[in-house]
Amino acid sequence: MSPADRKYTREHEWIKVEDAATNRALVGITEYAQDQLGDVVYFDLPQAGVSVRAMQKMGEVESVKAVSDLYSPVSGQVIEVNSGLIDHPEMVNEDPFEKGWIMRVTMSDATEMDRLMSPEDYEAYIAGL
Amino acid sequence: MTPDAHFQSHYIPNTEQEQAEMLATLGLKSLDELFLDISDQYRNPFLDLPAPRSEQEIHRELSSLASRNRPLNSGPSFLGAGSYHHFVPSVVKAIMTRGEFLTAYTPYQPEVSQGTLQVIYEFQTLIGNLYGMEVANAGMYDGATSLAEAVLMACRVTHRQQIVVSERVAPAYQQVIRTYAQAQGIEIRTVGDWEPEVNANTACLVVQYPNFFGEIEDLSRHRQATRQQGALLVVSADPMAMGLFNPPGHYDADIVTGEGQSLGIPTSYGGPYLGLFTTKGQYIRQMPSRLVGKTVDTQGRTGYVLTLQTREQHIRRERATSNICTNEALYALAATIYLAATGKQGLRQVAELCYHKAHYAAARIKQLAGYWLPFAGTFFQEFVVQCPADPATINRRLLEQNILGGLDISQPPYRSPLPPGVDRGMLLCVTEMNTREDIDALVSALGEFSQ
Amino acid sequence: MNKGGNRDTTRLLMERSVPGRVGAVIPPLDLPAQPMPDPALLRSQLDLPEVSEPEVVQYFTNLSQLNFSIDTHFYPLGSCTMKYNPKVNDEMAFLPGFANIHPLQPAATSQGALELLHRLQGFLTEVTGMAGISMATLAGAHGELAGVLMIRAYHQGRGDTRRTRMAIPDSAHGTNPASAAMAGFDVVTLPSDQNGNVNLEALHQLAGPDLAGAMITLPSTLGLFDANIVEVCRVVHEAGGLVYGDGANLNALLGRVKLGQLGFDVAHLNLHKTFSTPHGGGGPGAGPVCCGESLIPYLAAPVVSQSGDGGYLLVTPEHSIGKIGGFHGNFGVLVRAYTYIRTLGAAGLKAISGNAVLNANYIMAALKDIYHLPYDRRCMHEVVFSADWQKDRGVSGLEVAKRLLDYGFHAPTMYFPLIVPEALMIEPTESETRETLDAFIQTLREIDREVTEDPDLVRHAPHTTPVSRLDEARAARQPDLRWRRPV
Repeated sequence: MSPADRKYTREHEWIKVEDAATNRALVGITEYAQDQLGDVVYFDLPQAGVSVRAMQKMGEVESVKAVSDLYSPVSGQVIEVNSGLIDHPEMVNEDPFEKGWIMRVTMSDATEMDRLMSPEDYEAYIAGL
Repeated sequence: MTPDAHFQSHYIPNTEQEQAEMLATLGLKSLDELFLDISDQYRNPFLDLPAPRSEQEIHRELSSLASRNRPLNSGPSFLGAGSYHHFVPSVVKAIMTRGEFLTAYTPYQPEVSQGTLQVIYEFQTLIGNLYGMEVANAGMYDGATSLAEAVLMACRVTHRQQIVVSERVAPAYQQVIRTYAQAQGIEIRTVGDWEPEVNANTACLVVQYPNFFGEIEDLSRHRQATRQQGALLVVSADPMAMGLFNPPGHYDADIVTGEGQSLGIPTSYGGPYLGLFTTKGQYIRQMPSRLVGKTVDTQGRTGYVLTLQTREQHIRRERATSNICTNEALYALAATIYLAATGKQGLRQVAELCYHKAHYAAARIKQLAGYWLPFAGTFFQEFVVQCPADPATINRRLLEQNILGGLDISQPPYRSPLPPGVDRGMLLCVTEMNTREDIDALVSALGEFSQ
Repeated sequence: MNKGGNRDTTRLLMERSVPGRVGAVIPPLDLPAQPMPDPALLRSQLDLPEVSEPEVVQYFTNLSQLNFSIDTHFYPLGSCTMKYNPKVNDEMAFLPGFANIHPLQPAATSQGALELLHRLQGFLTEVTGMAGISMATLAGAHGELAGVLMIRAYHQGRGDTRRTRMAIPDSAHGTNPASAAMAGFDVVTLPSDQNGNVNLEALHQLAGPDLAGAMITLPSTLGLFDANIVEVCRVVHEAGGLVYGDGANLNALLGRVKLGQLGFDVAHLNLHKTFSTPHGGGGPGAGPVCCGESLIPYLAAPVVSQSGDGGYLLVTPEHSIGKIGGFHGNFGVLVRAYTYIRTLGAAGLKAISGNAVLNANYIMAALKDIYHLPYDRRCMHEVVFSADWQKDRGVSGLEVAKRLLDYGFHAPTMYFPLIVPEALMIEPTESETRETLDAFIQTLREIDREVTEDPDLVRHAPHTTPVSRLDEARAARQPDLRWRRPV
């Protein structure tokens, strides 16, 4: 189900802390999101160095039949985006929690994660949708 | 309220008996009962329309209306200005009117629309080649709206809200750009000397090729100026001229649009026509309208589908690249058939005929006293002539001899871009449809006004 | 089925091309050749096919046979009104006096065309109960854009610049919000109530000084006549807004009600739906815009008027939103619509709506026991089922639709409107026989049996079409939009 080592947003993004000392975190979309989207064909992602704000739109993901906004779960700065998604956007369908990661950020305020859902809360949330 | 009297139309199979049986399955007795959601106050209004007619009577009525119009091929005709009298080979209509093409819908179910889809893929290929551009879409409404959408796209791509339009773009096209752009707060500067106007706030420079007055402008200058400022070069180009001249892609234009009517589509009083829209590969996600892509089916066979549909209104709704839905697919088919039949050699030959005939006409008219040509540069099939008398008067006299003269450009909205001395201008167009006799008759008739 | 040789459709024009083949003979130059321009201006390469005329005919004819079309297959596409396209309409449009006239030729030489347009203006305003009309718009969405631009101009003309919002139902066709956005409006969504009507309470909430208007489709995209429509118009008017009517579904209303009388201020028509002009694989269409008295000055240019001496001419309305197309509208399509209305008259138009609605209800009644009807009430010219009872058995609406192709029926409209899950929207039209409707009903019953007894057959449909399910993800991930010469 939803991996225990991360937090979740209502817009179906996940965030996992990689290194608490440097506030470095990894962001992606969930299994539920990729299933809803269908075959993903394209990502429109921010560039490295760009600032992001919590729950503000930072990009888009397109599938054959839909387009969805991507929201950053936290505020901070983008360190890098997963360039493999340019040529192989389907990685996000195959492995949304690991190989299909979307961006790596430096959080400006790690306490913002407290506002996000735990894996159990997220599971309950998607069950109700 | 009187009940529905039964009307048996030849387009509606259900007989009164069949209707009664079908109504009975619904527990109803009359067609009117199907409409009771509409309150009595508004239901069954009187429709004041002429009584229905048999096909025989329809033929007579429509033929009578049609006979009160002067078709272009009923006598020498020299009118262009965005709609051109070119020859349409018989294969175009023969194929276009096949029911499988004519009465098919937009190819949203690709498995049963490979005919339409493959034709559009061919169209995208040939139009791309014609304009020297990487990618073409499946068509737009017409040349004017295609250019307007190119402007909107340039603003999206550059994130700038100002455009510079050459005043030598067709006035009708300028007006359509204004209608589209105003609502989005895009600032339009229409100028004669565009060079000083292009700056770091300019999304694009819009020019026409050949321009409205028929001249071939030097697109390399346009490209240099826009490149320096990070602005896009948007060119509206006549596809027939592309049979002869370097296409805008040769000059690295960013978006090239045009009117496809010259490619196998009759003038038809202004429509339906065919908007052409091409651009560079890097901009495909910002293109409006449909795109057909090649792929494979579950058995590895090649097939074609509508693709990158996430740009379009049915998915992206208010964030779509455009609201366009129905476009001009049947006429994209016509243009594809035309280009296939006319072919590489034929299109060049047709373009050369237009060129030589137009230049012959210009040379002969130049020799008439009182007539002169204000523009000395290269032209294709259209040119401006300053007349010794009011062009409207000249045209009336020409019509008496069953000659349709050129466009009277002595009045707004055509007058202002012309030099001050060109106050009795006429825009003449000569195509492969004009014979030497036609042109000599025109020259002779114009000569009557020589001073 | 591969026929081999050049009647095989798999090779493209540029692949068939053989240098030296010609497909047309161009006349020789009949006057002295003129000096050519600077060679640097001339192109040196022109990549177009070199094929003979028989090849052109064989290739395109065989391609055509890969298509489903109204002439060959029942095409119950909801909201598209795939009715019979009368051949006389095409014949009339091809008359040289209509096909070979130039849009800019003097009015004295095109009085027949102008009179036809003037009469058609009258017919369409009569049918809709409106006061004015412009036929310059080239498709339905084009008409929508013109209509919302007219609303914008109207408010600005009164000095009211606060009206920035356009209310649009959640069931609306995508062109509605797209057009509103193109006209610079912010789109606010109007939810539907449980009967499929506009949620009046929600409308009251939105009805304020910032509301420019509402865009309403009637009957709705669910195929339902909103019994509160007069109230909807009244609420919007009371708030100072205008009501735009999307006329895509007019086939249900011909001769039954006039939009103008219900309170619509401006509406577009789709001549390629209601008025039988052919779809052509995706156009051309025509989307004339009708309006009430107060909006007449804002209509798109040009409009056909009659002068004192009885002659016809093109005019620009006083406060026109401007030109919205290169010339005067899709004249060839307008000729077809004129011919159609002249053929049918009022009685014929009323027979259209009566039979279109009868046929849709007949199908609804015959299938509602096995296909879920989310709104179980009288429908109009189209019926929306949800395939969720099939989804429960592991087969989606899309798969049911694809299986219909194997039986020789074009699929209904799928997944629209968005508010119905697994939506299948069926619009038979009035020009289909009862035998066809019965065959369609039997087929859908058969497919439902297959969903239970042989679901994989349905899931992997279609099986008998020229190509099977296509890889759309690949087409979008690796766009191949044109043929390229192999290097």
